[in-house]
Amino acid sequence: MIVSEPTPITEEAVSAAVDAALAAVASATDSATLKQVRAEHTGERSTLARLNGELRNVAPELKAPLGKLVGQARGRVNQAFSAREQELVLEEENARLAAETVDVTAVATAYRPGARHPLTLLQERVSDVFVGMGWEIAEGPEVESEWFNFDALNFDADHPARAMQDTFFIDPVDSHLVLRTHTSPVQIRALLERELPVYVLAPGRTYRTDELDATHTPVFSQFEGLAVDKGLTMAHLRGTLEHAARTLFGDEAKIRLRPSYFPFTEPSAELDLWHPTFSGGARWIEWGGCGMVHPNLLRAAGIDPEVYSGFAFGMGLERTLMFRSDVQDMRDMVEGDIRFSQQFGMVV
Amino acid sequence: MRIPLSWLAEFVELAPGTTPEDVHAALVRVGLEEEDIHRVELSGPIVVGEVLDFVEEPQKNGKTIRWCQVRVAPEGETAADGGESVHGIVCGAGNFLVGDKVVVTLPGAVLPGPFPIAARKTYGHVSDGMIASSRELGLGDEHDGILRLVELGLGDAEVGSDAIALLGLDDSAVEINVTPDRGYAFSIRGVAREYAHATGAAFTDPAEAFSRPPAREGGYPVSIQDSAPIRGRAGASVFVARTVRGVDVSKPTPMWMSSRLRLAGIRSISLPVDITNYVMLELGQPIHGYDLGALRGGIVVRRAAPGEHLTTLDGQNRALDPEDLLITDDSGPIGLAGVMGGASTEIGSTTTDVLIEAARFDPVSIARTARRHKLPSEASKRFERGVDPNVASNAADRVAELLVELAGGRVDEETTAIDDAEQPSSISLPDGYVSRIVGFEAERDETIAALREIGCTVDHSEPDLSVVAPSWRPDITERADLAEEVARILGYDRIPAVLPVAPPGRGLTPAQVIRRRVADALAAWGATEVLAYPFVAAEQNALFGAPDGDTPESVRVANPLDATVPFLRTSLLPGLLAVASRNTSRGLTDLTVFEAGTVFRPARGRSYGQRVLPSAVGRPSAEELAKLQDGIPPQPRHVGVVSLGNRLPKRAGEPAVPAGLADVLAAVQVIALATGVRIDVAQGRHHAFHPGRTAVLSVGGALTGYAGELLPAVALDADLPRTVAALELDLDAVIAAAPTTIDASPIAVMPAATQDLSLVVEQRVAAAAVLAAVREGAGDLLEDIRLVDDYRGAGLEEGTKSLTFALRFRSNDHTLTAAEASEAKLAGAALAGSRFGATIRE
Repeated sequence: MIVSEPTPITEEAVSAAVDAALAAVASATDSATLKQVRAEHTGERSTLARLNGELRNVAPELKAPLGKLVGQARGRVNQAFSAREQELVLEEENARLAAETVDVTAVATAYRPGARHPLTLLQERVSDVFVGMGWEIAEGPEVESEWFNFDALNFDADHPARAMQDTFFIDPVDSHLVLRTHTSPVQIRALLERELPVYVLAPGRTYRTDELDATHTPVFSQFEGLAVDKGLTMAHLRGTLEHAARTLFGDEAKIRLRPSYFPFTEPSAELDLWHPTFSGGARWIEWGGCGMVHPNLLRAAGIDPEVYSGFAFGMGLERTLMFRSDVQDMRDMVEGDIRFSQQFGMVV
Repeated sequence: MRIPLSWLAEFVELAPGTTPEDVHAALVRVGLEEEDIHRVELSGPIVVGEVLDFVEEPQKNGKTIRWCQVRVAPEGETAADGGESVHGIVCGAGNFLVGDKVVVTLPGAVLPGPFPIAARKTYGHVSDGMIASSRELGLGDEHDGILRLVELGLGDAEVGSDAIALLGLDDSAVEINVTPDRGYAFSIRGVAREYAHATGAAFTDPAEAFSRPPAREGGYPVSIQDSAPIRGRAGASVFVARTVRGVDVSKPTPMWMSSRLRLAGIRSISLPVDITNYVMLELGQPIHGYDLGALRGGIVVRRAAPGEHLTTLDGQNRALDPEDLLITDDSGPIGLAGVMGGASTEIGSTTTDVLIEAARFDPVSIARTARRHKLPSEASKRFERGVDPNVASNAADRVAELLVELAGGRVDEETTAIDDAEQPSSISLPDGYVSRIVGFEAERDETIAALREIGCTVDHSEPDLSVVAPSWRPDITERADLAEEVARILGYDRIPAVLPVAPPGRGLTPAQVIRRRVADALAAWGATEVLAYPFVAAEQNALFGAPDGDTPESVRVANPLDATVPFLRTSLLPGLLAVASRNTSRGLTDLTVFEAGTVFRPARGRSYGQRVLPSAVGRPSAEELAKLQDGIPPQPRHVGVVSLGNRLPKRAGEPAVPAGLADVLAAVQVIALATGVRIDVAQGRHHAFHPGRTAVLSVGGALTGYAGELLPAVALDADLPRTVAALELDLDAVIAAAPTTIDASPIAVMPAATQDLSLVVEQRVAAAAVLAAVREGAGDLLEDIRLVDDYRGAGLEEGTKSLTFALRFRSNDHTLTAAEASEAKLAGAALAGSRFGATIRE
C-alpha cells in the first residue's frame, strides 16, 4: 500500500509563486527582460510548472480542486505577462519611431530638377488645341527646295516679296535649296500628299538672316495652319483663330483681322490679338498673318480653286511665348541657360 | 513710305485737328500698317528776327563773339515772349550781316534735344534768346553758322512772325509699311486715295490737279529696241520725254518743298533734283532729268552689250550684264534704266536745258538689275512693284511746270510720248463669289460701289460682273484679288466667326507621341531641354559627325550670318557643348542638358537640289515631285544629352554624386523605356570619346548612337571640365523600331526562388555577355537576373574578375524546389562556362 504523502500543492505555495511572478512582471522594463523572467516563472522549471506536474500525484478526489487552483494561477500569471509584453512592445516601438525622426525638410533625395523648353511645350500645347478640333500635325524638312518654300507658294522669282524673306541659301545657290523661311512649304506638301479635305497644323523651326537681338533670332519657330475643303470662307478662318486664341490665352482674348498682303493668300490679313492681362496693359498685339489660300497655290497642288477653297494662317511661336509668358528678351529662349527652362519645368 | 500730313491734306480732306495717330489708325484699316511718326520736337516762341546791329568782342579763349541787337517784333509791339521788341543776343557765329533776317528762339522756346531756351548770362551780357542754326532747328546738318533766311529765299519774311510755320517745322509725317503688292502706295497720290477709302473723305487726284503745258509731237528722239525681253515683256513700255530750257539750277529749293522732302526722308540736293524727287513722291512716278547739253544724239532704250560699262551717278564704274536695260545715246550707255542715271549726263551747276524722262520699265527687268548691282533705289523700288503706266505723261508735265515756276525755264511744246503699255484686262466676277470667299453677304450694290471706289470700271449688265482694275493696280489680276478689295473696303470687321468642322482626325502620329514622351521622360529624369542653333564649323562636324574622324558630308549655308560657322550640324553635340559652356560660364556648373532636334546628313558622293525647278503653274508630274523630294538632304531627328559637374550635389548627410558615364547610360535606359525599344549597349570606340568609357548603342543590330565620356581634351577645348558625359542617338531610327502593340504575358503567381551566382571570367569579357549567356542557359524558369557585383582583387587569379548575379526563378504552375532552381542556375553557369570559360566561384 502506498502511503500517501502530503501534497506540496498548497494555497500558500501557489499564491507565493503567483506573487513572485507578478513581482517579476512588474519589475521588467523591457521586452527582452520580460521574455527572460517569463521563462523563469512560466517555463518548465518554474514553480508553477512544477506544482502543475505534482497534480499527477494527488489523490483523485483532490485533482479537481487543486487543478483549478493551479490552473487559475497559471492563467493569471500568463495574462499578466502578455499584457505587460504588449505594453512594452508598444512603448519600445514608439521609442524607436521617435528615434527615427528626421527633418523632412532636409532629407537628401536623389531627385534633380529637369525641365522642358517652354517653346517645345507651347508647340505641343498649340498642337493639342488643333488636334482637339480634328486637325492633324504635318511636318516637313528644314532644308527645303525653293519650289516648296517659294515657287509653289506663289512667290515669283523676281517679286520683291521673295527678296524680303531674308533667306539663308544652301551652297551651291543654284541647287535651289534654302533653310525654310517659314513653315508654309508644309502647306504645299500637305496638299500634295494628303486626301482632301485637309485640316493640318504644321509647327516647326524656321530660319531668316536676322541677327540675334532682344526681338529677333535667325532661328525661330512658327506654327502654320491650313484647311482646304469645300465651302470654306474667311468666316471659318476667323472662327478657327478666335477659338485658338481663347483656348491658348483664355476666354477674354479677342482677335482682329486687318487687310494685308502675302503672296500665298488672297484675301490676306494681319492677325492681331487682344488680351486684358498683357504686360503693358490691355492692348492689341500683332500675332501673325493669315488669309484665304491663293488660287495659284491650289493650282500648284492640282486642286481646282472653283471647287475647293481654303484658309491658312501662320504665327511665330517665340512671339506667342513672349506675350503669353511675358518673356522680355528673345535671347533667353535661344541661349540655353538652364534657369530659363527651369522656370517652366514641364508646364507652359 | 513717309507721308507729310500737309502734303496729304492737299489731295484728301483732313478734318481739323487730325493727328498723325488718327491718320495711322485710318490707314491701318485699309491695310497700310503703321511704322512710325516723324516730327521736329520743338515749340515756340521762335520768330523771324532782323539783325539791327552787332559789336564783335574778342574773348580770352580766342573766340570772337558778336553782341547783337535783334529786332524780334515790329517797332512798338511786344515780342512773342512778352519782352521788348529788340533783344540783345550773344552769337558765336560770324556768317551774317546787319540787316539779315534770322530765326530767333526766344526765352521759353524748346529746341529738339530737348534744349530749353532761357535768358542767360554769358560773355558779360545777358543773352535774351538765341539765333538758331539749321541743325539746331532740326532742318539739317548745316552748322557752319546761323541760318540766314535769305539763303532759303525767305529774305522778305516779316519780323516777329512765327518761324515754325514759315519753315514748315509744324508739319509731321506718318510712316507706313507698304506691302509688296501695293506699289501705288509709295506715293502721296496712292496714300491719299487709301485715306479716302478708309474715311470717306473727298479725294482729288494729284495727277489731274495742275494745269498742263501745251504739247505736240516731235520731241526729243527716243526709241525702244529691246532685243531680249525678259519673260516676253519689253523692258520699257512707256517713255515720255519733255524738254525745259533756260533753267537756273542755282535757284534755292523753296522751303515748302525742302521741308516736305525732309519729312519724307529725302535729302535736298539741288532744285532740279528736288523737283524730280518731289514729283516722284507725289505721283509715284520715278523721274530722271538729263543735262540736255550733254546728250549725244537720240536716246535708245536697249539691253547692254557684252563688255559694256557705265559710270553711275554714285561714281561707280559698273560692268553691265546683257540682261541690264540701258538708256543710251550715241556715246553709249548713259543710265541704268529705272535704277540709276549715269554720271556723264548728270544735271550740274552749268546745266541750262533739261530733258525730263518719265517711263514705265518692266518690274522683273528692274528688279534683277537692282539686285545684280546691289542698287536698291527709290526708283527701282517703285518700278519693281509696278508704276501706273498712265501717270508718266502727267508726271513729266508736273516736273516741267515746277521747273518753270521755280527755276525760271520754259517748256518746249514738242514732246515725246511712247506708250505701248498693256491695259488691264477685264476680270469676270461671278455673282455671289465675293460672299463665298469673305463669309458674309456682300450685296451686289455695295460690291459694285466698293470696286468703283478703288478705281475699277464695273460692267454690271450681266449677273456676273465684268471688272477692269485701275491702271495703278497691276496687282489685281483675278477674282480673288477683287474679293480682297471688296472685303477691305466694306471692312474686315464684317467677317463673322464660324468654327469649321474638320473630318474626324487620327490624333498625333505614333512618332509624334513618342517624341513627346522621350522629351518628357528625360525632363522628369532630371535633364533640362535646350534648343541650340544648328550652325557649326567644319571641325565640329568632323569631331562628332562620324566616329572614325572622317569628315562627314555636310550642308553648307551660302550666306551665313557668322562666317566661322557656315555648316549645318551633323550632330547635336557641338550645340549642346556650347550651351553647357555658356551655363558653366554663368556659374551653373552642375548640368544635364538635352536637345531633340534635326541634324543634316547628306549622303557621301551625291549632290542635292536641282538647277531647274518645275513650274508651279499646275501640279508637277509624279516624276518631277519625286525628283524634288530626292533632292532634299536627309534630316533625321536626333536626341543628345550632355552631363557634367555633379549629377547630384552634396546634400545633408550625403556626398555629391559626380556626373559621368553612368548618367548618360541611365539616359539611354530612359529613352528605351519611353520608346519601348530595346537599345543594346556594347563597349565601343569614337574618336571624340574616352577610349575606355564609350558605349556604342544599337537597335536591332544597327548602330544608332554613342554614349560615353568625352576625351578630356575635347571637353577642355569646349571650355568645360575634364569629365563630360555625352550621348547621341538617332531618334528617328529608334522610333522606327518602336512596337505598335505589346503582347502581354500572363503573370505567374507561384512563389519565387532566389539564388545568387558568382562567375569568374577574364576581365575583358563584357558583363552583359555573361549575363545574356546565363539567362539563355537558365531557360524559362529564370524570371529576372541582375548584376550585383563586379569584384577584382585578392583571391582571384590575375586578369580575372568575379561577377555576381542575383537570379529570381519562378514557375507558372508549381512552387519551385531549391533543387529545380539550382539546376537551372547551373545550366546558366554552364553556358557561360562554354562561351567565356566562366567558372563558378564557391
